[in-house]
Amino acid sequence: MVTELDVATLAPPALAKLPLDALHRRLGARMAPFAGYDMPLQYEQGIVAETVHTRRAASLFDVSHMGQAILAGAGVARALENMTPADLISLAPERTRYTQLLNENGGILDDLLITRLPGVEERMLLVVNASRKREDFALIGAALPRFDFNPLDRALLALQGPRAAAVLGALLPGAEDLAFMGWRAFDFGGAPLFVSRSGYTGEDGFELSVRAEHSEDLAHLLLAHEDVVPAGLGARDALRLEAGLPLYGHDLDDTTDPVEAGLGWSIGRRRRVEGGFPGFERIRQAFERGPVRKRVGLLPQTKAPLREGAILCAPDGETVGHVTSGGFSPTLQRPIAMGYVLSECANDGSTLSATLRDKRIGVDLAALPFVPHRYFKTPIGKDAR
Amino acid sequence: MSDLRYSKDHEYVALDGDVATLGISDYAQSQLGDIVFIDLPEVGKKVVKGKEIAVIESVKAASEVYSPVSGEIVEVNPELGETPALVNDDPLGRGWLVKLRLGDPGECASLMDDAAYSSFLKTL
Repeated sequence: MVTELDVATLAPPALAKLPLDALHRRLGARMAPFAGYDMPLQYEQGIVAETVHTRRAASLFDVSHMGQAILAGAGVARALENMTPADLISLAPERTRYTQLLNENGGILDDLLITRLPGVEERMLLVVNASRKREDFALIGAALPRFDFNPLDRALLALQGPRAAAVLGALLPGAEDLAFMGWRAFDFGGAPLFVSRSGYTGEDGFELSVRAEHSEDLAHLLLAHEDVVPAGLGARDALRLEAGLPLYGHDLDDTTDPVEAGLGWSIGRRRRVEGGFPGFERIRQAFERGPVRKRVGLLPQTKAPLREGAILCAPDGETVGHVTSGGFSPTLQRPIAMGYVLSECANDGSTLSATLRDKRIGVDLAALPFVPHRYFKTPIGKDAR
Repeated sequence: MSDLRYSKDHEYVALDGDVATLGISDYAQSQLGDIVFIDLPEVGKKVVKGKEIAVIESVKAASEVYSPVSGEIVEVNPELGETPALVNDDPLGRGWLVKLRLGDPGECASLMDDAAYSSFLKTL
């Protein structure tokens, strides 16, 4: 006999629905589970066309699965420095910084964006990965109990591509003047719409945090523009791989430190000297002596994509690394990958090998990004804000 | 191409005497999305019903193709090396994968015809 309780226990965990779920289905999305959410993987045009369109015009991505929260209270920037290696004390209001939550060994628990909000009260806006938000929020809540911690139940849309600024500027005048990694609250339907000039594609673009009940109106307004198409997680993954951007759970995990991951640029100069974050000793040594292994770009000498998990060998047959992300680049029309390789073998232009379906293939090391970043540069003479 | 026979894994065979042309169905190509590479077997290779015969790489993932019949590969589609997207554009025509000489033509009897495959797709 099966009781109701048993059925509930045995059933696979229900996928959470995005606020824009109905819109995705009307747009013909193919949905797929990701990080506990039913997410649009691609629309009718497909991953290749969506990726190419993003680099040529602009695409709208629904990334509402990501975790958003505000942490507030006097001294909160300094307190967050105990958990991350970013210089947050010097972070100006309405500016965003990329950083990582670290464990005691300097391993990455998650990577995230932190924005200092304007206003008299000291408030930091956090955007974390969907797959890690439960753990992140528990960790932050436990580590910083004297601050107000408020997870936000807002939708998050990303408008990405060289036409994004013109499209958004027509809807929200002034948005097109935001600096890269700048942030501002606009009015939308009588409620604040958070606009951050950032993204995960290597292109100019914005992330738009909007009240869930206003998200469909915003999506319709953006999709009504002839330059904008909807794009799914598949294109987002292809774009970030082309842009050489690491993905948590694949290229980053709790065994990788930010220096070997090529994220040393995100650790402030003061923090490198003063420390005061988890794993400082390992990270100081990695800066001083160079990391033992490095995240690198990989170009397989074949038309077949090299996928996550493939082992990389030196010419003498020794294992020197592995692939952490791999696929096909719609922009370059060839397979690309990234992975970790022992530093002494990690020179651009040298060649390793991998085994793909019993065949040995050459794998050239390549500089990241594969496709150059085209982030917005504030014209000289204008205030960066 | 009226005499197509389909497997539950969404491969089809088209019979011409004792030679079968094998490919994947339109449903299968639409599920895979943009196909970027196809690893085909060599001519002369013996294949066994239910075993892997090719690997299709889409942007997102690698998918195995299982042979719905046993036999020997007599030809592989020479166009797919340069243009794997033919499988997306014309899966039942120019996007065929391999031709094989059947070991046991009786194996085809267990495969679905057009009408049965259409009904099967509705159950998915």
